[in-house]
Amino acid sequence: MKRTFSHLLNASLLIAVTSIWLFSCKPKIKDEDIQTQIQSNTAFSHLVATVKDGVVTLSGECKDEADKTACESAVRKIPGVKDVVNNTTIAAPPPPPASVVIAADDPLTQGITDALKDFPTVKATAKDGIITVTGEATTANWKKIKMALDALKPKKVDASALTIKK
Amino acid sequence: MALQNKYQQLIDTANTSGVSNLQVKEQDGVLYIDGEAPSGAVKDKLWDVYGSIDPNFLSGDVVMNVNVATAVAGAKVKVVTEKSNLNIRKGPGTDQPIVGKAAHNEIITLVSKSSDQWWLVRTDDGEEGYAYAQYLAPVE
Repeated sequence: MKRTFSHLLNASLLIAVTSIWLFSCKPKIKDEDIQTQIQSNTAFSHLVATVKDGVVTLSGECKDEADKTACESAVRKIPGVKDVVNNTTIAAPPPPPASVVIAADDPLTQGITDALKDFPTVKATAKDGIITVTGEATTANWKKIKMALDALKPKKVDASALTIKK
Repeated sequence: MALQNKYQQLIDTANTSGVSNLQVKEQDGVLYIDGEAPSGAVKDKLWDVYGSIDPNFLSGDVVMNVNVATAVAGAKVKVVTEKSNLNIRKGPGTDQPIVGKAAHNEIITLVSKSSDQWWLVRTDDGEEGYAYAQYLAPVE
């Protein structure tokens, strides 16, 4: 029994001594070294890192989620880093480019609107270059409208459905 | 050619009354007549002839676009609305805000033509903007 105890004691001592030896000889990486490593890496130039006891806290703005993840995993690989607290934010997406200026759907349609402004009883639509006129108008007004519509350079002015008032 | 025959009188009138750049083309059942009339009176005459051949312009077989040659930049033009004032707008279109008015029968200046439909005009009061060309007739 005594012998067993003695063996145990010896073993414990050996473990303890070994542990102390291992611990004391493990190359200790200082926080400052980690800090320097991060700062000298241009990949992290947009971030701010603080290091305490091997834990790196990242802040700053990443351009997107992928950048955020990539930075964190890259920092994790730096020797001596025990953990990373990723406090970085993601930049707001750039505003969409100004919408392209589109001309009126159909110059004919715009021209019709202008031409008929003073003639509410007349309607006209444009399709495939053909202006189709409906509604009713006096002879004199229809002449004015026809002159205006012809000046829009349509393919044809179809007024077969228009009623001419006497 | 059938349409040219039907509207021969109209084409002849255009030729004899000094319409310049006259183009007469027949295509897909429509006769296109383009040109520049030397005066508003000639343009009116052409439309009268057209109306005599095709009463009320209902056949749909002619597209006639004849401008008045004297309507050039700097010319004086008269407001020929029925009786109301003519809107002067910020831009060429009835969707544009109204920036002024020209009275019925008022004589104003044609500054330039934005299109066949919209002319940039200036009143004697200095109001400037776009007016619908159909209501403007060159002073002759």
